[in-house]
Amino acid sequence: MRLHLIRRDASAKRDALASLFAVLVSLAIMAFLILLAGANPLTGFVVMFKAAFLGKIGITETLARSAPLLLTGLAAIVALKVKFWNLGAEGQLLVGAMAAAYVGTLTQLPGALLIPGMILASMVGGGLAAVFPAILKTRLNVNEVVSTLMLNFIILSLMIALLSGPWRDTVSNWPDSPDILPDAEWPTFWRGTRLHLGVVLAVLSALFVALFLRRSTFGLCMDIVGDNPVAAAHARIDVRRTVLIAALLSGAFAGLAGGGEVGGIQYQVMTSISSGYGYAGLIVAMLARLSPLAAIPSALFLASVMTGSDEMSRQLGVPSFLADAVQGITLLAVLICSQFARYKVHVSWTSHGRAR
Amino acid sequence: MSYLAPPLLEMTGISKRFGDVAANDNVDFRLERGETVGLLGENGAGKTTLMNIAFGLYRADAGSIATNGQAANIASTADAMLCGIGMVHQHAHIVDRHTVLENVIAGMPGQRGLLAKTSALVRLEEIGKRYGLYLQPDRLGADLAIGEKQRLDIIRALFRKSRVLILDEPTSVLTPLESEGLFEAVRALAKDGMGIVLISHKLNDVRAITNRVVVMRRGKVVAELNNDGQLSNAHLATLMCGHEPDRVECQAPRLGETRLELRGTVLLDHRRVGHRAQPFDLSVASGEIVGIAGVSGNGQVSLAETIAGLRYAAAGTIRIGGRTFLPTGARIGPEDGIAYIPEDRIGAGFAGRLSLAENVAISRFRSLPFSRFGWLDRRAITQFAVGLIEQYDIRPPNPLARMTAFSGGNQQKAIVAREIAFSPRVLVIAQPTRGLDVAAVSFVHRQIMALKESGCAIIVISDDLEELFQLSHRLAVICDGSIVLDGSTNLLSVSQVGLAMSGSMEADSAR
Repeated sequence: MRLHLIRRDASAKRDALASLFAVLVSLAIMAFLILLAGANPLTGFVVMFKAAFLGKIGITETLARSAPLLLTGLAAIVALKVKFWNLGAEGQLLVGAMAAAYVGTLTQLPGALLIPGMILASMVGGGLAAVFPAILKTRLNVNEVVSTLMLNFIILSLMIALLSGPWRDTVSNWPDSPDILPDAEWPTFWRGTRLHLGVVLAVLSALFVALFLRRSTFGLCMDIVGDNPVAAAHARIDVRRTVLIAALLSGAFAGLAGGGEVGGIQYQVMTSISSGYGYAGLIVAMLARLSPLAAIPSALFLASVMTGSDEMSRQLGVPSFLADAVQGITLLAVLICSQFARYKVHVSWTSHGRAR
Repeated sequence: MSYLAPPLLEMTGISKRFGDVAANDNVDFRLERGETVGLLGENGAGKTTLMNIAFGLYRADAGSIATNGQAANIASTADAMLCGIGMVHQHAHIVDRHTVLENVIAGMPGQRGLLAKTSALVRLEEIGKRYGLYLQPDRLGADLAIGEKQRLDIIRALFRKSRVLILDEPTSVLTPLESEGLFEAVRALAKDGMGIVLISHKLNDVRAITNRVVVMRRGKVVAELNNDGQLSNAHLATLMCGHEPDRVECQAPRLGETRLELRGTVLLDHRRVGHRAQPFDLSVASGEIVGIAGVSGNGQVSLAETIAGLRYAAAGTIRIGGRTFLPTGARIGPEDGIAYIPEDRIGAGFAGRLSLAENVAISRFRSLPFSRFGWLDRRAITQFAVGLIEQYDIRPPNPLARMTAFSGGNQQKAIVAREIAFSPRVLVIAQPTRGLDVAAVSFVHRQIMALKESGCAIIVISDDLEELFQLSHRLAVICDGSIVLDGSTNLLSVSQVGLAMSGSMEADSAR
């Protein structure tokens, strides 16, 4: 038996089906894992669904979690448009969080400027953290997969060093930064929930990226550079500059994700501020097939799995690490399913070569 | 030729559809031992598709293949190689970082887990002696010229003991001398009992070397002729297109002011390392076509990109549109009225995943009327593309289709259309008709002539001497990064030019 892959024409509908199918596959595998953990998958899914989508707290928690996922997803989409493999959203998110937390404690600033200042600082911080490996790539041809990924650990270690020493909150026993000022806490849209400004900013960012990629001249430049940098250079598009700006934008969205976690959820920086949102952003982007608008439902999916599995572990005693497993499985499932969207698989049972 | 033996390759009733297009429609094809068959047809006639099926790159929707009289189920190139079928594509498939030897043995079974380099060297030597196909085994793929890469592809096929060798447009990248070398090799291979299929647009080549000619049109075989020496180009062209191709006639030039002037120019070698060539001068006037002849890899790309402002020269000045450019500082750009159509259309000409519309606007979309304040006017871009599609008959007429969905001829049409749409003052066009069919060639030539009539200064860089003699008023020969011969086309002979190309002529002797 032999398998042959036959290329098919690109089709948006088939791509969407592939993502949907990937979600179903990862849920099916999740059911199996729940079974292994000794619980009934059906009850598990019911608990998860209720926790993630029903009730005031459930739905708002899912939305609040989807905000950083959507933003890091956008970060991945923008970077991948120019084929800049930004695996550093995690580190850029941390830099954004630190920048926002720093600005949020500045008593010198007028209260009204605190929140805009935090937003700006987190985006600039994240952007700069992404531009650095982009400069290494465009000037010295350093592979960005390695440099962005490694930078995550450098930034995390620096952050822990800061939090354990100079930046440690004196009233806390933990390596946490001081709390931001009350005026710097981002407004919430529903009393008693954590549905904060960052969720709206994330959705606005998705709309902006969608419009920007489709309708701006720079968006088209990014498309051309990502598809064929040589042709871009022949058309007098500055390839280096395009990659640098795309990296800056990408990092800015990742940084904003960190800013939102500080301003809307934690009100300080702690070592566990991210929960791996930076890495999950890549999964959001892949599941959305690099469409900024499709990133909204795909971020919601991952967020609902996160909130749902937390609740499931409380109620059924299933480990909450299931959420992490599902993330990984989803990524693999998307990658595999998109192959089926691109290629028709032809199975032949006869022997090949010379028919004997 | 022994007709008692079964044919090396026999394809029966082959059909293959791509969407709505029947690329092959019930095609029969046969190749005997020791035979060289020319497969002729316009772009999109289905020749390459048919041979790709034989080579296992595509699977036929219907039909059967037999090799040596036995049914063969060819589902992959590995199957094809097992059946003794080798194919050399228009664009050679070479690993740049590997040596010639490594490229040849890549994918071959080794000996007890080790690469069989020693025995491979012996065979390489043998192939070199027997067929005149030799390359230094330790040279890097990246250092080979296009013609040498192609030779490597052929050697690789022979190394795998192919009995059927399919050559797809082999001479389109070769100089006359290289072509002659290839033909010698093909004759030697045929004499050895191999079967050779030559896919080509070049009627002269096909007539020179084949025993039999199969003409395809729109997916069908329309004629099969024995090459008895009586075939004429006109007859073959008529069979291919269904009508007489239009001829472009070169009219006496009406020269205007000098539009482009290179003085004391030294080109950076195409790989930007130390090597420097002799300084040279070159000028082109309004309404003049200057042809640049030369063996590929002698600095043609460097010359074109220097004039187009994509790279600096090592020395010298360039005057264009009243401005003077030095090897530093400002670069020549489209605003100076320069248009450049590169030789490597797929690699440098367009972004394949993007639409035709986006690609025809590729160097203009950042200004009016295609965008305003950084925001695209997609309707204006699409309308511009629709206009070009109608004017130049680009097919399929869909501005939003991906660039890769168009055939090579239509891609070239789109690129030519895009570059001349804004009436450039100077046009540099490299290998304008490489790989194009007769109709597309005549289209491109007509556009060049029309542009000349409107006063554009044109530089045509081509490996096709016939084309250069037909088109240009003046011919310049480039060798080792420098112009070594520059004269009126009427006063130059092919042999003079050929000698200059091979570097065996004193620089100024023919001026």
